Amino acid sequence: MMNGPERPLFDVEEMEISFGPQHPATHGVLRLQMKLDGERIVEAKPIIGYLHRGTEKLFETMTFPACIPHTDRLDYVNAAHNNQGFCITMEKLLGISIPPRAAYIRMILAELQRLASHLVWLATHAVDIGAITPFFYTFRERDEILDLFEEYCGARLTLNTMKIGGLPFELPDGWLDRCAKFVDAFPSHIDEYETLLTTNRIWKKRTVGVGIISPEDAINMGLTGPPLRGSGVEWDIRKVFPYDRYDEVEFDVPTGTNCDTYDRYLVRIEEMHQSIRILRQCLEKLPEGPIMAKAPKVLRSPEGMVYGSVESPKGELGYFIVATEKGTTPYRCRVRPPSFVNLQALPQMVKGSLVADMMAVIGTLDIVLGEIDR
Amino acid sequence: MSDDKPTPNTDEPVVDVEAEKAAKIAAAKAKAAAAKKAAEDAPPKDPWEEKPIPPAHSDAMDDEDVAALEDLVVSADLFAGTVTATVEAEKILDVCRFLKDERGYDFLVDQTAVDWPEREEGRFDIIYWLHRHSDSKRLRLRAIIGEQQTIESVESIWGAANWMEREIYDLFGVIFGNHPGLERILTWEGFNGHPLRKDFPVEGIDTGAAIYPDVYPPGGGPIVTDEGEGA
Repeated sequence: MMNGPERPLFDVEEMEISFGPQHPATHGVLRLQMKLDGERIVEAKPIIGYLHRGTEKLFETMTFPACIPHTDRLDYVNAAHNNQGFCITMEKLLGISIPPRAAYIRMILAELQRLASHLVWLATHAVDIGAITPFFYTFRERDEILDLFEEYCGARLTLNTMKIGGLPFELPDGWLDRCAKFVDAFPSHIDEYETLLTTNRIWKKRTVGVGIISPEDAINMGLTGPPLRGSGVEWDIRKVFPYDRYDEVEFDVPTGTNCDTYDRYLVRIEEMHQSIRILRQCLEKLPEGPIMAKAPKVLRSPEGMVYGSVESPKGELGYFIVATEKGTTPYRCRVRPPSFVNLQALPQMVKGSLVADMMAVIGTLDIVLGEIDR
Repeated sequence: MSDDKPTPNTDEPVVDVEAEKAAKIAAAKAKAAAAKKAAEDAPPKDPWEEKPIPPAHSDAMDDEDVAALEDLVVSADLFAGTVTATVEAEKILDVCRFLKDERGYDFLVDQTAVDWPEREEGRFDIIYWLHRHSDSKRLRLRAIIGEQQTIESVESIWGAANWMEREIYDLFGVIFGNHPGLERILTWEGFNGHPLRKDFPVEGIDTGAAIYPDVYPPGGGPIVTDEGEGA
C-alpha cells in the first residue's frame, strides 16, 4: 500500500464483495457474490449449498413413514407443512382418504404453523431493515403457538406430528379452549405490529418501491406464495388444488398491486388475518370421530409417479415421489422447495438497487436455507 | 380337553366335540348372514372407511394437450389424477415451446430427474412439471435420455429452469445444452461424483475434508494447491 501507485480519492472500479455466508441478515448460510459500483449492485449471484445434507438421498434408504421426521428439517420454522405435504402425497399414492377430524386438526396445526412462520418472517425482516421492536412482540406470540405445539406433540420446532393416513395423537384435554383463546386474542396483536410498521415513515421508505418484480417475471421465474401474490397474481394452492378440507372453509387470497416489498408485507399481514379466519371455522366445525384411516401397517406402494403440494408460508411446497411395485421405500423423492425457486429471482430483483435494499429483498422473499439446500 | 387325552378311545367326548363344532359353525354362519344383512342395510360408508385402493395407470392419449402434441408424444398415462406424457428428448425444446406458446403453460413448477441405472431405453428420466394459470391445469412431461446424451435446456422458455437444471446437473450429472451457466449448485466445484445417482454410496465419499490431510485425494473437496499460495 505504501509504495503502491497513486490512487484517486474515490475508487471508480467495480468492487467485488462476498456477502455471507456468516451474516445475520442472510437468514442462514446464504452467500452472495456481489459486484458493486459504489453503493449500487451491478450483479448479485447467490451461492448456496452450505447446508446440503442429502435429504433426498436419505429418503431413498428409509421406509415411507420414516421419511416424515426428516421432512421437519427441511423448512425448520415450518415443520407442520412439511409433514402435511409428504403425507398428502403418500395418501395420493396409496389411495388413502383420511377421516374428517384428522383433516381438520391438520388444518388447525398448519394454520398455526403459518402464523408462527409469518411471525418469524416479520421479526427478522423488520430487524434486517432496522426496526428491532416488532421482534419482541412477534416472538411473544410465536412462543404461545409453540407452547400449543409442545402440548400437542411434545416438540416445539420439529413437530413430526402427522402420519400417512391421519394423525398420531388425539388432542389433549382443554387444548381446543386454549387454542380458541389464542385465536381470539391474536387479531389485536396483528394490529400492534401494524401500528409499529404499516404507516411508519421509515418502514415505508425502506420498503415501498424496493425489489419490484412484475407479474410476468414472477411467473417466468417460478415464484409462488406471497412473492407471487404480492405481484398481483391471485394464486393459492389451498384454492386451486384444495387438500385436506380446505374446500370446506372460506377465506380470501390477498394480492398486492405495486409488486414491491411493502405490498408483500401487506399480503403477509392479511394472510395472518385469513389464517385466523380459517382457524375459527376449523375450531367451530371440528367433527368427532377417529383420527387415523385404516391404513395397512406396512405400506407397500403401487408403481408410479405422484406429486402433491401444499401452500406453505413460503409458497408451493411439493413432493414428487417415484415408487416401485410393492416398494416400502421411495425410489426417488424430490422436494420442490419454494424458497429455492423464489431465491432464484433475487439477482433480478436487486439489480441496480442499493446494498441496503438487498437486505429488504432477502427478507421479503422469506427464505429458509434448510429448505434451499436440503 | 385335558381330561380327554388319557382316554382317547371313549366315544362320547368325540361326539360332543363334533356336535359342538357343528353348533359353532351354524352360529358363525348365522352371525355372518346377520352381519351381511346389517352391512346391506347400513348407509354407505365414507370413502375414508373403505380399504384404500391405490390409483391405477390408464392410457391418456386422448387428453387435449397430449393430443395437440400429435406425433411428438411417445406415450401418455394417467396415474393419481395426473397425465404424464413421454416425449422424445431431442424434441423437448419444440414440445415445451409449443406448450407454452400455443397451450398456455406459462409456469414451470418443477423439473427433476430420476435415475434408472439398469434400464434399456436410457438411464435418466427428466421430468418437467408444467402449470397453466388460466384454468389451473397441470401436465407432466418425461424425456428419457441415455447416460452420455445431452438434452437441450429449457431456460430460454421458463427462467425458473435455470437453477433446477443446475441442480440436476449437480446431483445427476446430466448435461444441458445451451444453458447460460451450468455450474454445480448444492455441492462445490470440483466435487467428485453426482450424489443422487443410484451408484453413489449413501454414506458418501471421502471428500478430503478430514482434518489437515497431507494430500487431498483427486477431485475431493475444495481443491487447495501449493502453487501461488507460498510456502
